[in-house]
Amino acid sequence: MSSKALSGAKIIVKALEDLGVDVIFGYPGGAVLPIYDELHEHSKITHVLVRHEQAAVHAAEGYARSTGKPGCVLVTSGPGATNAITGLADAMLDSIPVVCLTGQVPVQLIGTDAFQEADTVGISRHCTKHNYLVRKTDDVSRVVHEAFHVATTGRPGPVVVDIPKDVQITTSEQIHKGPIEHRSYRPAFKGDEEAIRKAVELLATAKKPIFYTGGGIINSGPKASDLLRKLVRLTGAPITSTLMGLGAYPASDKQWLGMLGMHGTYEANHAMHDCDVMVCVGARFDDRITGRIDAFSPNSKKIHIDIDRSSIDKIVHVDAPVVGDAGEVLEVFLKLWKKGKHKFDEAALASWWDDINEDRKRNCLAYPHRDDVIMPQYACERLQALTKGKDVYFTTEVGQHQMWAAQFLEFEEPNRWMTSGGLGTMGYGFPAAIGVQMGHPKATVIDVAGEASIQMNIQELSTAMQYGLPVKIFILNNEYMGMVRQWQDLNHDGRYSNSYTASLPDFVKLAESYGATGIMVDKPGDLDDAIIQMMETDGPVIVDCRVEKLANCFPMIPSGAAHNEMILPNEDEIKEFEGGAALV
Amino acid sequence: MLDTPHKERHTFSIIVDNEAGVLARVIGLFSGRGYNIEHLTVAPVDLAGNESRITIVTIGTRKIIEQIKAQLDRLVPIHKVGDLTDEGPAVERELALVKVTGDREQRVEALRVAEAFRAKRVDSTANSFVFEVTGKTEKIKAFIELMSELGLEEVVRTGVAALHRGTKKL
Repeated sequence: MSSKALSGAKIIVKALEDLGVDVIFGYPGGAVLPIYDELHEHSKITHVLVRHEQAAVHAAEGYARSTGKPGCVLVTSGPGATNAITGLADAMLDSIPVVCLTGQVPVQLIGTDAFQEADTVGISRHCTKHNYLVRKTDDVSRVVHEAFHVATTGRPGPVVVDIPKDVQITTSEQIHKGPIEHRSYRPAFKGDEEAIRKAVELLATAKKPIFYTGGGIINSGPKASDLLRKLVRLTGAPITSTLMGLGAYPASDKQWLGMLGMHGTYEANHAMHDCDVMVCVGARFDDRITGRIDAFSPNSKKIHIDIDRSSIDKIVHVDAPVVGDAGEVLEVFLKLWKKGKHKFDEAALASWWDDINEDRKRNCLAYPHRDDVIMPQYACERLQALTKGKDVYFTTEVGQHQMWAAQFLEFEEPNRWMTSGGLGTMGYGFPAAIGVQMGHPKATVIDVAGEASIQMNIQELSTAMQYGLPVKIFILNNEYMGMVRQWQDLNHDGRYSNSYTASLPDFVKLAESYGATGIMVDKPGDLDDAIIQMMETDGPVIVDCRVEKLANCFPMIPSGAAHNEMILPNEDEIKEFEGGAALV
Repeated sequence: MLDTPHKERHTFSIIVDNEAGVLARVIGLFSGRGYNIEHLTVAPVDLAGNESRITIVTIGTRKIIEQIKAQLDRLVPIHKVGDLTDEGPAVERELALVKVTGDREQRVEALRVAEAFRAKRVDSTANSFVFEVTGKTEKIKAFIELMSELGLEEVVRTGVAALHRGTKKL
């Protein structure tokens, strides 16, 4: 062994240092002990010990989404890797850059059904952007560097590096230096200027333009949000965004229509339906956005800017596609718009805004005010009011509370909103909040949760306590899996099969059992005090906010309906759409 | 791309890094997204054995065909993807080994058909032949169909291999 040779485990940790990794979320086990040994009392890398590997990936996602840096995960072989799969699938659908290092049984034992052996690359192939099984210590350094390159460039996503235990122990002198020169991977970056010019000219013809933006803007970085704001303000067009794109454009701006889609605003969805030119930037015409596809924005020409070629023409026909990074493309788009001295027809634009302002009068987020019980919408509204202007990050779980949070919280900046959009993973929000807090130690991080979702990763309270992470969990407790119950109302004649949770824990005692603070509130008059107390308490807090049990989340485009067939809150009768029960 | 219900048959040619799991990525993409695979061939094609060429014949609507190409392009270890049907013209060939058993008249007739199809007799016993036949898929099908009357026992086919005509390369 030459003096320069390092063990595989040392090479891995050195690569992580060189790549600027300062936080790893993980859980040890037999097949990763050599790496854990290298991390013991490491001076630059903090390891956050989670209580379940799924939470490690969600925490890494929260960290990545809020900081713009890749998240890093370390788990053992077999169950460690399989527990991480849900998190990886979540990161895949929301395009979050995460590198997950998994231990594997020694090379000689692969394929023998060894203890804690799982075919990790086989299992994770469909829910990662790419994955590697490293069979030689000589390859370790290059592969770890390549994994971060693949995870963070092009359309970001999760990458798994599976490292057999013997590869971590044997030594090598091969240390990767310099940029990655990949043999086949060539992600898109700059858009074709000619394609952008065509898109600019198409937009200039619009009488009813709209911007429809998504998570791609957030992924591209703050520059993309900045350029988007400039372009939208310069053109004077209305803008809406997907769940994943909230914060890219300030919610307080007069051109902002609110979120679109299944639980989007009436004005956003109607504007999408009626527009004549749509500019989609970094969004992918997801089924939660489009509603019934043959009725989706039937009279518009569509411009689609996306870093992923396969997103274009996947769901809807696009007239002017541009493949490239949102920020890069918007920069050129803005330049060409200015250079061409383009301007919308003023009278047409004014009349378009008149239509939109008429729709705004429907006040689609209205809900009945009650003195006897906290309405979940009211809770979100107060949460917004009492955190406004503060250094605050929000995460959510999945369900009604998530949609209410999206509707009532107002985001002025990107990277402040972490939610599981594509996969819809209950249990995402709390570990994601832990990841956010690791990236932003001084900020307030609030997980808006449901009483059902929070129990899917409640064990992470132990993690939050161990690392002194003062994450706030704000539970909208209605005792039901609210969205499931709402769909049962809609499609199953109100037969609430298994959507009611009997024997819920006492969340105050639960918090206290971990050493955290628990607050229960069930009266509208006490709500503000509870939120203020939550904000002012050091350390993790659970607020058990008891809300109206049967409130439904409106407006809503039922599955199989079109954008202009929304159910509004003041229409109590829920229409059933043909075939609705078969849709998701 | 505006979609029509009309289904098209397309031949894709894919150059990949010859690394473990790459074929699983490609066929996993097809099965995971519900695309058809009619034919599949794969083997290393450079002298060093670093690159393999995969040929896939698939059937789908125009929109699906476009998606398949875009999705294949997204896979990290893929160097090039070509739709030989769109970028054509291309030559397409496959090879089949066909075993027939029988005696007397049947054997004579099998040999006659084989000759007409320019099939090679690669194995003979007193009561069996194995023929090697190459050609377009339609020719292979026609040969197998005729042999089914003449003691057909077993068939194995390589699937389609295809290249651009002329000087054009992938």
